[in-house]
Amino acid sequence: MKSNQQELESLVGRKYRHGFVTDIASDTVPPGLSEDVIRVISTKKGEPAFMLDWRLKAYRRWLKMTAPTWAHVHYPPIDFQGISYYSAPKQRTDGPKSLDEVDPKLLETYDKLGIPLHERARLAGVAVDAVFDSVSVATTFKERLAEAGVVFCSFSEAVQNHPALIERYLGTVVPVSDNFYATLNSAVFTDGSFVYVPKGVRCPMELSTYFRINASKTGQFERTLIIADEGSHVSYLEGCTAPMRDENQLHAAVVELIAQDDAQIKYSTVQNWYPGDENGVGGIYNFVTKRGDCRGRNSKISWTQVETGSAITWKYPSCILRGDGSVGEFYSVALANHYQQADTGTKMIHMGRNTRSTIVSKGISAGHGQNAYRGLVKILPGAEGARNYTQCDSLLMSETCGAHTFPYIEVRNPTAVVEHEASTSKISDDQLFYCLQRGIAAEDAVNMIVNGFCKQVFKELPMEFAVEAQNLLAVSLEGAVG
Amino acid sequence: MMILSVRDLRVRAGERLILDGVTLDVRAGEVCAIMGPNGSGKSTLTGVLAGRPGLEVISGTATYLGRDLLAMPAEERARQGLFLAFQYPVEIPGVNNVYLLKASLNALRKHRGEPELDAFEFLNLVRAKIRQMQMDESLLNRGVNEGFSGGEKKRNEILQMSLLEPTLALLDETDSGLDIDALKVVADGVNALRSPDRAIVMVTHYQRLLDYVVPDQVHVLAGGRIVRSGGRELALELERRGYDWLREGTAAA
Repeated sequence: MKSNQQELESLVGRKYRHGFVTDIASDTVPPGLSEDVIRVISTKKGEPAFMLDWRLKAYRRWLKMTAPTWAHVHYPPIDFQGISYYSAPKQRTDGPKSLDEVDPKLLETYDKLGIPLHERARLAGVAVDAVFDSVSVATTFKERLAEAGVVFCSFSEAVQNHPALIERYLGTVVPVSDNFYATLNSAVFTDGSFVYVPKGVRCPMELSTYFRINASKTGQFERTLIIADEGSHVSYLEGCTAPMRDENQLHAAVVELIAQDDAQIKYSTVQNWYPGDENGVGGIYNFVTKRGDCRGRNSKISWTQVETGSAITWKYPSCILRGDGSVGEFYSVALANHYQQADTGTKMIHMGRNTRSTIVSKGISAGHGQNAYRGLVKILPGAEGARNYTQCDSLLMSETCGAHTFPYIEVRNPTAVVEHEASTSKISDDQLFYCLQRGIAAEDAVNMIVNGFCKQVFKELPMEFAVEAQNLLAVSLEGAVG
Repeated sequence: MMILSVRDLRVRAGERLILDGVTLDVRAGEVCAIMGPNGSGKSTLTGVLAGRPGLEVISGTATYLGRDLLAMPAEERARQGLFLAFQYPVEIPGVNNVYLLKASLNALRKHRGEPELDAFEFLNLVRAKIRQMQMDESLLNRGVNEGFSGGEKKRNEILQMSLLEPTLALLDETDSGLDIDALKVVADGVNALRSPDRAIVMVTHYQRLLDYVVPDQVHVLAGGRIVRSGGRELALELERRGYDWLREGTAAA
């Protein structure tokens, strides 16, 4: 009799569905990194002087830094001179004024990815900024958002149209010198999304950015800045895909969130970068710094991430709970299948009084995947009455995968309450047999069990994307269990 | 009509021989009770018929509705109308009970070429069944068997059975661990399923269940073989005399 084990193993190897390449003329800067390249990027973007200075300062700093080695991931050294730092689809120099002017090939690309940019065809109530390689190619629903006073545009546009906001907030959450990849990003970032929600405004629709890497031998370095002013609310989602290539490509993004008094930011990620093939060849190195600053009283920042792609994921979306009564949340599903490696988690830094944080991390390891949760809960002396609850569950789906947990807890205030729960489980033969005995196909059974495992996280996603996340997980797990 | 026909079935789990030549016929309309002491192979018998992994058939056959049962994958057996009520129903955290039920029923309907039920139709159906089982409706929206009491788990099995309306139902010690009220509910569920075109095989350690579900035939499994067969009176005799006299009987034979 064929064992469930074998059946499971045959399930988790479906192919990556977004691996196509768009054939489009692009304006690409030759590989290599120098002050000149940075000047070229800044000039191409027509940036004000303060931006160039900021970039150069970061670059000079970066030259003195070394890549971090503490993460539980392994990869050969990256040749930073072998990467092109700017690639953009060719277009009229002044950029498209409306969707009608966007290259049809680009629209087609996003259609194929299931992200139609035509507003009439859009999911109701979701505005999209589409970033293709180094530049934003389209942003939808801008006018409707503007009526509510919400600024939602590409980062480049924000630098042009809202320089004061950029100068005031950029780098205030993730400083230029923060870490090797964040500093590199600060020097060379090319685009990304910018959101500003003014006082008391509840953003009338979901905002989302869809990142696509297309060109080869390029890196994608985007920067996202979201500012929620007093009493405002915003929910933002990002999605990511890339073509299948044998080479590894670097994606080093920085995301900064700022929540003022009583403001709330919900930031969701469905990350599906190309993970490499079943032998671990190719795939994206996803080295990302994401941090939110609960600057104001009773503010709240909630991170939800579903990480199914990338050869290596290295990211720790964090919250600085500065304002009294502020709340930080981190809900994560991370999948490592085949030879994928994930080292991900969060940092909750409690500074204000009565700050609260919740961490729910669900790691799924399959094939030869290695999945590490790394989390820091830090209660500073002034954080009277701080509370943290951490739940960290691992699901193992093969004999050859690994799950690792690295929790760090630093408590410097005796009134703090910190809870940590962890579990490791497998999809048991019994669970699978139970479903099979009810007539449910093995593949559906595995999906059902894994989705059950991830439920606490999926329910935090905006409705439209919860289904997408479930489907994505199913695809990413095909052929993966053992 | 013959529903299940088992011939000289020998099965091992790992190195251990568990079934050592079981022969059994179950006809449509029949309720068949398999009794026997602990470790006699009762659960292995229902397990191997349902396709439980980890059991190896060494020799013998099992024919279900004229087809080679042992050649079918487990999910295929289920879709052909074979249902196993588990002795230890497994917990699947985070998966709604009602979701599993619906997926299961629709998998069977799809196999039979019937249209799948939508959420509304399904809910109406399952609510009627749940009243019948005297279960709390809230169990529908909890994780599959997650935090269910022993009795709730068993009732949940019978609920599934009554929803799926199997042609052959295998009940693996469904009566164990039940108080008398729960036992009656389970028995009512089984009796409701009795019909001329179905068969039920009940594995039980005690005679108690047979007071409520009266069997057409009773077999005693000991040491991996059926050592005695009879009618309802055999079960009563077992209750009086225990199993030891049968074991001695086997040894003498």
